[in-house]
Amino acid sequence: MTTTTDHGLAGHSPRLSEGLPETSPKRRRFSWSFALRVGLLLIAAALTLGPVLWTLSTSLRSPSESFKLPPSFFPWNPDFTSYGEVFQQLNIFLLVLNSALVTGLIAVGQMVSAAMAGYAFAHLKFRGRGALFSIVLATMMVPVQVTIVPVFMLIRGMGLSDTLLALILPAIPTAFGTFLMRQYFMGLPAELAEAASIDGASPWRTFRSVYAPLAMPGMAIVGILAFNFHWNEFFRPLILTISEQNFTLPLGLVSLQGNLGTGSISVVLAGVVLSMIPALVVFMFGQRALQDGLTAGTGK
Amino acid sequence: MSTTTPPRERPRQAAGQSVPAQHQPTAKSRHSQRWLAWIFLAPTILGMGLFTLIPIVASVVLAFFRWDIISAPTFVGFDNFSEVVQDPTVRVSFLNTIVFVVVAVAFQLGLALALAIMVQEKMPAWLRVFFRSAFFFPLILSAASVSIFMRYLFNEQFGVVNWFLSLVGIPAVPWLTTPGGSAAVVILVYVWQNFGFSFLLFIGGLASIPVETYEAASIDGATGWRKHLHVTLPLLSPTTLVASVMAIISALQVFDQPYVLTRGGPGDSTRTAVMVIFESAFQRLEFGQASAIGVLLTLIIMAITAAQFRLSKRFVFYQ
Repeated sequence: MTTTTDHGLAGHSPRLSEGLPETSPKRRRFSWSFALRVGLLLIAAALTLGPVLWTLSTSLRSPSESFKLPPSFFPWNPDFTSYGEVFQQLNIFLLVLNSALVTGLIAVGQMVSAAMAGYAFAHLKFRGRGALFSIVLATMMVPVQVTIVPVFMLIRGMGLSDTLLALILPAIPTAFGTFLMRQYFMGLPAELAEAASIDGASPWRTFRSVYAPLAMPGMAIVGILAFNFHWNEFFRPLILTISEQNFTLPLGLVSLQGNLGTGSISVVLAGVVLSMIPALVVFMFGQRALQDGLTAGTGK
Repeated sequence: MSTTTPPRERPRQAAGQSVPAQHQPTAKSRHSQRWLAWIFLAPTILGMGLFTLIPIVASVVLAFFRWDIISAPTFVGFDNFSEVVQDPTVRVSFLNTIVFVVVAVAFQLGLALALAIMVQEKMPAWLRVFFRSAFFFPLILSAASVSIFMRYLFNEQFGVVNWFLSLVGIPAVPWLTTPGGSAAVVILVYVWQNFGFSFLLFIGGLASIPVETYEAASIDGATGWRKHLHVTLPLLSPTTLVASVMAIISALQVFDQPYVLTRGGPGDSTRTAVMVIFESAFQRLEFGQASAIGVLLTLIIMAITAAQFRLSKRFVFYQ
């Protein structure tokens, strides 16, 4: 993933201009291809970040100004009316609490269950290990949308319909997380278990005191991926929750937009901005972990 | 993705040299390992059995029944499938999904590849970090939130997109009120949010191409785009395969964007396969039909995956 060279892909003879004065024509020559390339990339970056900047800065305009053109991309004179308004129109606290509970419990549940299963597949010997692991991998191919009808029935049968548990429980077993953790544990030397068993440690002790502490970074990746995915999830909450008191944030925002029609967009956008904050935190502190996790297992 | 490597053998001999015989794993320790393995696997295996494997079987079985939850299910054979295949809404939605997948995936992969090549060439490190973070950023947002603000941006009267177009003299485009405009918006919004994933995969693939290959190519006189045509593209083909399989599978399941942006309209113009599953199950309570559509979608996904790996044997160049 890391770039090994900073000087481009094509080999160009190094140090040709070494020792020449700064004004060497070779160094000062303006590169049209470089300018064109960076220019195109800057346009792409502007198109990527522009809509988000517009969302942020429009949420900070007053509701009556929010429709006005030209659009604003930087909040020079922030106006927080819309943020007060969105708290009145929407029970933001409850939505955030629901989303945090659902997402947090799924993340912790996935970290623990995936670490345990991944460890069993990597370092414990039992009959049928290979076959069982193949079945776990195969479940990754089945889209949620295909199993949602029976899952909905099952949840009803368990008496859990329209509860937060209906969202949490089915999301805890994770094939991808198990796969990631197995890879992670395989990367840790088997000699550690050898040494621990020589010291008389039981297999449980070996896991708890030797491997689990070393696997924390891997578990963090599983947790961050789970958090990012389920914080943003829309399809399952749309189906599995019914009453507004069990809505998660994305669901609440979509219903707010529906209620307002084309009311004041700054209020809706204020809600959108609030919902982005946790994702932004993840982006700032866990971007590398998130990127590594997302591309894990793609043979990069 | 099938990395089922054989169980790792511990280096017995090496350990045996320095360790007395009584420290070899005993029958007792093997026994307790097996117990621990099943205890550790229990949450994942039981959970997957309950919430994935049983539902898959149930979904297939349900596809042969008529059931509205209220009355008892009745066996109807292949009726659900024949009704679904003849239903104009279902047909249109599958067709829409296929068109969406072809256009969106081609757009997403082309864009991601071009940007990845440009980012990996010579530039200051901080600039490269900035571009990578920028292109990755939309991935962390929720598709529902993105669709909410994109709906405003593409509004015909006060939308920012039409405002920019008006600056260069293009009259207001009726984005969300015409079939073609809506389809374009769904594709643009989807690609906007997802190209960063393919971009990351291509960056990883490019980084693994040895610099010497390019040196050899430039000695042979290859420069600029010819270098990429004859060196980058063939060497990148394993990455391209993975990226396209993942992009196609995720595009086939598109739901959030069309649901929030257009609710499938105008008419059925942006209705997708998953939207039809959702509507027939949870709005019309035709659970059997919904399952039949789900089974069809899964079969399509499996066929495409199989076809792509078949093709890869012929066209993908492995180093």
